[in-house]
Amino acid sequence: MDVQQLPDAAPEVETNGGPRPVVKGSDVVRRYGEGDTAVDALRGVSVDIAEGRLTAVMGPSGSGKSTLMHILAGLDKPTSGEVTVAGVEVTDLDDTELTVLRRDHIGFIFQFFNLLPMLTAAENIALPLRLAGETPDKAWLAELIEKVGLGDRLTHRPAELSGGQQQRVAVARALVSRPTVMFADEPTGNLDSTTGGEILALLRDSVDTLGQTTVMVTHDAHAAAIADRVLFLADGHIVKDIGRCSAHTILEALEEVTAR
Amino acid sequence: MIGVALKGLLARKVRALLTAFAIVIGVSMVSGTFVLTDTMQKAFDGIFTASYDETDAVIAGKQIVKGSSSAGAPVPESLLTRVKALPEVAAAGGTMAIDESNKAEIVGRNGKPAGSGNAPRLALGNDTSQPQFSPLKLSAGEWGQGPKQVVIDAATAEKERYAVGDSIVVSTLGDKHRYELTGIATFGDVDSLGGATLAVFDIDTAQTLLHKEGEFDGISIAAKDGTSSAALMQAVQPLVPASLELKDAKAQAEADSAEINEALGFIRYFLLGFGGIALFVGAFVIFNTLSITVAQRTREFATLRTLGGSRKQVMRSVIIEGFVIGLLASIVGLFAGVGIAKGLNALIGADIPEAGTVLGVRTVVVSLVLGVTITLVASIMPARRATRVPPIAAVREGSTLPPSRFAAHSLKAAIAVIAASVVAICAGVFASGLSVIGVAVLLGGGIIALFLGVALAAPHLVKPLTRVVGWPASRAGVAGELAGANSTRNPGRTASTAAALMIGLTLVTVVAVLGAGLRTTVESAVTDQVSAAFIIDGKDGAPFEAAEGNTLARTPGVTTASHVRTDVALVGGEERDVTGVDPATIAQFYTFAWTKGSDDTVAQLGQDGALVTKTYADDKNVAVGKRLSIKTASGDKRTVVVAGIYDPPDIEQMLGDVTISQAAFDASFPQPKNLFTFIDAPPEASADLAAVAGGFSDATFHTGQAFAKDYTEGFASFLKMLYVLLAFSVVVSLFGMVNTLVLSVFERTRELGMLRTIGMTRRQARRMIRHESVITALIGAALGLPLGIFLAALVTQALSQYDVGLSIPASELALFTVVAILAGIAAAVVPARRAARLNVLDALHYE
Repeated sequence: MDVQQLPDAAPEVETNGGPRPVVKGSDVVRRYGEGDTAVDALRGVSVDIAEGRLTAVMGPSGSGKSTLMHILAGLDKPTSGEVTVAGVEVTDLDDTELTVLRRDHIGFIFQFFNLLPMLTAAENIALPLRLAGETPDKAWLAELIEKVGLGDRLTHRPAELSGGQQQRVAVARALVSRPTVMFADEPTGNLDSTTGGEILALLRDSVDTLGQTTVMVTHDAHAAAIADRVLFLADGHIVKDIGRCSAHTILEALEEVTAR
Repeated sequence: MIGVALKGLLARKVRALLTAFAIVIGVSMVSGTFVLTDTMQKAFDGIFTASYDETDAVIAGKQIVKGSSSAGAPVPESLLTRVKALPEVAAAGGTMAIDESNKAEIVGRNGKPAGSGNAPRLALGNDTSQPQFSPLKLSAGEWGQGPKQVVIDAATAEKERYAVGDSIVVSTLGDKHRYELTGIATFGDVDSLGGATLAVFDIDTAQTLLHKEGEFDGISIAAKDGTSSAALMQAVQPLVPASLELKDAKAQAEADSAEINEALGFIRYFLLGFGGIALFVGAFVIFNTLSITVAQRTREFATLRTLGGSRKQVMRSVIIEGFVIGLLASIVGLFAGVGIAKGLNALIGADIPEAGTVLGVRTVVVSLVLGVTITLVASIMPARRATRVPPIAAVREGSTLPPSRFAAHSLKAAIAVIAASVVAICAGVFASGLSVIGVAVLLGGGIIALFLGVALAAPHLVKPLTRVVGWPASRAGVAGELAGANSTRNPGRTASTAAALMIGLTLVTVVAVLGAGLRTTVESAVTDQVSAAFIIDGKDGAPFEAAEGNTLARTPGVTTASHVRTDVALVGGEERDVTGVDPATIAQFYTFAWTKGSDDTVAQLGQDGALVTKTYADDKNVAVGKRLSIKTASGDKRTVVVAGIYDPPDIEQMLGDVTISQAAFDASFPQPKNLFTFIDAPPEASADLAAVAGGFSDATFHTGQAFAKDYTEGFASFLKMLYVLLAFSVVVSLFGMVNTLVLSVFERTRELGMLRTIGMTRRQARRMIRHESVITALIGAALGLPLGIFLAALVTQALSQYDVGLSIPASELALFTVVAILAGIAAAVVPARRAARLNVLDALHYE
């Protein structure tokens, strides 16, 4: 597989009229260990992540939601099943090809901001493009920075930024390469509710104005409330799949799922 | 607390091992030095005891001149008869001693003289009916009897695969004869004495071969049972003429032993110096590594404090870790030293007599104490910093070590230390009237302080230096840029790691620069004095047989030949070098820088004229016309009159302090040896001359152009040996670099996971780590090379009276920089692989 030929967006299957899936998982199984001590984190999950939508993945701890995200993002390989990202079958790629895939097509936001402490905000944001050997487009950078509201903090290092500001840098970094899909792992987990709300607004905005496909793993019902679709996992299966709804509804659904 | 500390160490075995290695090398050098010198001492003691085992007294020529290559007064055969007649004497026998004048070459299987390089090739003789007087003991066969039999030393026999019954050729004083090998002998337990080859004949044969008919080099006497050596001496003394002396054999053995021990003492201190340097660098590495691990274990210490541990207990836990590492490293180093001893032996070119390796108590004690102490001293500061972790750090995310109180003042302190050290070094180098110990303390202490001061100041230099040395890396892509940014992240750590490499590089630079300066100066001194088409001189500047000079002079094509004789003699009661020149020809080859006199003065030297150097004249208040008395090793006296004074370059005067005519020399010095033979011949004669000179055993042939360089060749070899000894310190600092990198990769696990997630390939990760390592190494070079040049310049200034100039060997310095880069790349291999192999998922969730 020649890495240079990875397409920007692949038209694939599903012509039922809705948005095309850019990330697709078919019968994904993830088993840890062998024999008697084996643990099944995912027991055959099939999911289509729609383009230009924000999909939230929720579930109690041990439900497999983080595992699912890792596998969809190409950070982990499933025990069986297939995963396609931007039309590319990722389960067969080697490490370098996966890395290039992540670089070009996937953006990440972590729970603990994970910025490089010795780079300025501006340098942190440009990092994925620099790793790809590209020079960032100045106009696009300016637009991004305006969007996340960091105009006056560009030359500051992470140590000089608040938690919220650091996460904003992280969001900008995830968006800078205009990835096919952006994965967010508990993006508000380390922030207070006000700051958390600002970040969620940012994420929603990038879906609405930039058409950025986003998958967010969260246990926070308020975070899931901004999503277009909420998937609930329990014991390695998708047990509930609902569209946009209020935090209240989500909490009820979560309780229902956990009680099973 | 001990349990916690030990469990902590076990959990991080690899880390502890890497840290320990820093000390192992230094300790093994120290241990190796002691093992080497102790083993040699024991071997020599064994030889001396064996030599004088059954001898009570010895009669030999009085040693008039120390260091002369001529033999002393001979012992007449008639004396032996009279001694044997004494009632106190049980047995007595004549001997041909181990003496430079008794030259013999055993011809090896390839037709060339057996034995390596510069080892002496000697003949011995003893009364084979009284073998107890021989210093050798038979290990196979029988002693030779008569003019056709010989016994050789065991080492030569083994090397040349000669066995008892073989027919071999031995050349004595130039005459070759064939002999039957009747026996093989050893020196006590030792197969050979420092690589010397020995051919042993019966006493009559030896006398004939060595042209000493009717005389011996010595008489060995054994007292009758019940007679004390004192009584024996009393009985024999009246028979001994004034030109000979009677010595108690035990006293003689002790004197010989003391002389060897003094020489061994010098070697020991010399090598220990390098071991000390390696340990000093090791201390840096320990300090650095412990500082990093303490910083990484902040949360651990905080938790201990939260659970009720006192600051003392935290400190103790770090100190105990240091102690255990130091102890383990010292034990390993102690035993590794035995292997190092063999390597050192090969390096300094001595031949350890094959005897049991001695691992003395002193070696064990010194190695362990040094290793543990150095480690403990290096652990103190990190341990103290560990105590300053507040308990609250246990619960805070991303807590770091509080900055040390000292940090704010570190630059001021650094400048003060550097200034003080430069003053001390200058005092040591320039001040006159200081004792050797005083100079050593000022220089040694000053240099150590200088290194510490620069290391203290280095963190402030990391940022600007990284900009310079990291520039190529930053051009190489984002991996290089990130590497530069990583290096400046923790300037203290980068500086400390680089400082370890700096020490080794500074010292090799000093050696290179001083060496280049000295070599150039000596070379010009040689070209200023000597100009000849062809020259032969002895190996390593030792004298060679005059006969060889004559043979060369007779080669067809030679237009003029001038021989320069040499020996040590007592001039006005003092041992001085005396040379004998040919008044008619010497001025053609040697340029006299006349103070008083001219080339005519040389031509008119005659039987009692002498030339002296200006240094000697000033020293001894000698003017033209002054009479000097010369006494040679054989007791011959001569008076000469100073006819001229000349001023050769102070750094290397090629003639002796006193120079007389060759005729006068040959008359007084019984076995003339040459220092040089100068030849004038057309260039075509070169091949013929080289061919003739090829057959000489102790002279080397040079062309005029190559002579100056060849002359300093031995010095160049000495420099290489210094480089090898200093290389140990560089290796220690390499371990420091690996340590730091491994720990820093570990520390950045989550960060590396993140980088890999957002698109850094494994290759980019490896390159980033490699660039970081090279940047650190180059910072070490950027600090070390200028520091080395500075120190060398100081010493050069002090030697300015010898016209030594500062010569900066650019190619050597470039080589050192390349070595630094290679060291950086080598140190990065394992850490880079670890960084690349990180499991991204695990790394992301790493706590």
